Amino acid sequence: MLLEVRDLYVEFHTREGVAKAVNGVNYSVAEGETLAVLGESGSGKSVTAQAVMGILDMPPGKIAGGEILFKDQDLLKLRPDERRKIRGQEMAMIFQDALSSLNPVLTVGEQLGEMFVVHRGMSRKDAKAKAVELMDRVRIPAAKERVGQYPHQFSGGMRQRIMIAMAMALEPSLIIADEPTTALDVTVQAQVMDLLAELQRELNMGLILITHDLGVVADVADKIAVMYAGRIVETAPVHEIYKAPAHPYTKGLLQSIPRLDQKGRELYAIKGLPPNLTRIPPGCAFNPRCPMAQDVCRSDVPPLYEVDEQRRSACHFWKETLDAR
Amino acid sequence: MHADRDRSAGTGEGAVGSTLLSKAREDAAAPYTEGDPILQVRDLAKHYPLTQGILFKRQIGAVRAVDGVDFDLYAGETLGIVGESGCGKSTVAKMLVHLERPTAGAIRYKGEDISKLSGRALKAVRRNIQMVFQDPYTSLNPRMTVGDIIGEPYEIHPEVAPKGSRRQKVQDLLDVVGLNPEYINRYPHQFSGGQRQRIGIARGLALNPEIIVADEPVSALDVSVQAQVVNLLDRLQAEFNLSFVFIAHDLSIVRHISDRVGVMYLGRIVEIGSDAEIYDHPTHPYTQALLSAVPVPDPTAREHRERIILHGDVPSPANIPSGCRFRTRCWKAQERCELEVPLLAVPAEFRLVDTPARHDSACHFAEEKHVVPTEAELEIPGPAEAPGDGEAPGDGEASEAGEDETP
Repeated sequence: MLLEVRDLYVEFHTREGVAKAVNGVNYSVAEGETLAVLGESGSGKSVTAQAVMGILDMPPGKIAGGEILFKDQDLLKLRPDERRKIRGQEMAMIFQDALSSLNPVLTVGEQLGEMFVVHRGMSRKDAKAKAVELMDRVRIPAAKERVGQYPHQFSGGMRQRIMIAMAMALEPSLIIADEPTTALDVTVQAQVMDLLAELQRELNMGLILITHDLGVVADVADKIAVMYAGRIVETAPVHEIYKAPAHPYTKGLLQSIPRLDQKGRELYAIKGLPPNLTRIPPGCAFNPRCPMAQDVCRSDVPPLYEVDEQRRSACHFWKETLDAR
Repeated sequence: MHADRDRSAGTGEGAVGSTLLSKAREDAAAPYTEGDPILQVRDLAKHYPLTQGILFKRQIGAVRAVDGVDFDLYAGETLGIVGESGCGKSTVAKMLVHLERPTAGAIRYKGEDISKLSGRALKAVRRNIQMVFQDPYTSLNPRMTVGDIIGEPYEIHPEVAPKGSRRQKVQDLLDVVGLNPEYINRYPHQFSGGQRQRIGIARGLALNPEIIVADEPVSALDVSVQAQVVNLLDRLQAEFNLSFVFIAHDLSIVRHISDRVGVMYLGRIVEIGSDAEIYDHPTHPYTQALLSAVPVPDPTAREHRERIILHGDVPSPANIPSGCRFRTRCWKAQERCELEVPLLAVPAEFRLVDTPARHDSACHFAEEKHVVPTEAELEIPGPAEAPGDGEAPGDGEASEAGEDETP
């Protein structure tokens, strides 16, 4: 296994108390595999990724427990300089907002080339040639001329391509993409997702795709982990989860999106709001919003039940949820 | 709702006879009668000048953000406008509520051109056209209480609610949008994104408008909350007989809420028709590409659909291509597209046949193409019936917030 996150806990110490952002997350990614982590804002999907990358702000953040195994070594036990070697070379991240992730006062060529200067000890001139090569690879037209331009001179889709080029530069074995297409228009989104999937196949990388968009996930993911209030509530191969969700939250999410192919009746809406992370309800965190909640849901935290070999669901009533459709 | 009513009415010069007739009628500024469109937009344009020089500014060009938009809005109907960022859809919204003055064209509200009005006459008309903004975080003043925010329209239009009755009116509005009326003295930061959007909607309703222009009202919200707000808008429309202009980039939401849909590209509407005409029988290549690019939440869809991937980016509105403005990205483009601007009208080949493809489309080579996989082609069944427990979404959110967000 390329990456294994085991029982990870992350907390943030805030004025209102301790916000439990990640509460025992387990997931794994193999080479060439795409794992989609799905969740709404505040579900802990990005925080988990930041912990894996080692870019969590500490303080206020704190990893309160767990292991992150990357190629069988626990990243949390490494010294900062060892960690730094892995970051960029072995794993890289693509962020949502390309404009604010790029340095506005450096040309894109300098930013792309910097990777080679720092990690590979190349000269500036060679690094620049490498930068052009990378820009070609992510299909930015006229790469030779545009290598000297600044980020603001590129469109949103092109900037996201530069981010992808930067992440790919040192051919890492794992890429974490945090909402890579959320800020883009649909037609551009399709181009960028295609490019990402193609490069992943070429380099046989593991890809963690963090998103809130159930549509994007369906197109590219192999398996899905659905997060809610800092826990994974359901994991499954992509086909199964859409056909028959085994957790009421997943089911609610799927039903609440309007569909392109039909003019709906009233939309199903999950009532209420996601919980405040400083005051997660006892028992199952989803119980105040769940149509199936019983007394046991308010008292006992559901473990990740084994639905079948590849599927897990953190619902006391996963059987009923599966059957109810 | 009114989709079947003369679908090509007045939306293009070169269309069928009935179009010309109706156009002639409008130009005579006939008095408004029941059944006419409540809002008629004709050849609407907004150009922002580009200047050079500091002291003696010379105009060197213009950003043609909106460049000739026509549509009708009927009473009680929802017109969806979709398009990518920079296509001018928000500028259209701003002109409709008179936040921007059009460079050219007319916006007729009940037959009267409001784009040229000013002073008292303008103020009276504005009461009837209200706006709901995209970003619930920046569109509410953080230093005003919810009561003041929703009640502010009454300061400007005191005739709607005399001073003494305002508090009651605001509380009624909070109730209508599914918020607890006791929250009247709270500040915006005490609410979640979905609740703030409800406040924005309540403010839009305060003056009992006939038309609401909603600019991306749900795109800043989380998926589960989005559905609550969409349902609220649906309910309010039925309750108050509102006409909506619903602007969004999310095609699925637009289909859900709209009776008719217009697709914008680079400052113009390229195709307009009923929701079924646009989604199931698109004839403009841009609409087809847009629809085919929407990710469908169903992995089996991968095998069933042909994806049209457009190359390149949208051209700059300061430098619009000649002829058809989509030709630089279109796979069908030919010489004719470069020379001749296609008009928004029913394409010749569909004019005499009775088919859903018979709607306005601004393309020289319009042809029908099926791009949205139908339910039968997918394994995943459609959404189940909405839950039977009445107005659960609104109530749920309101009551929950009491626990969650009390400081």
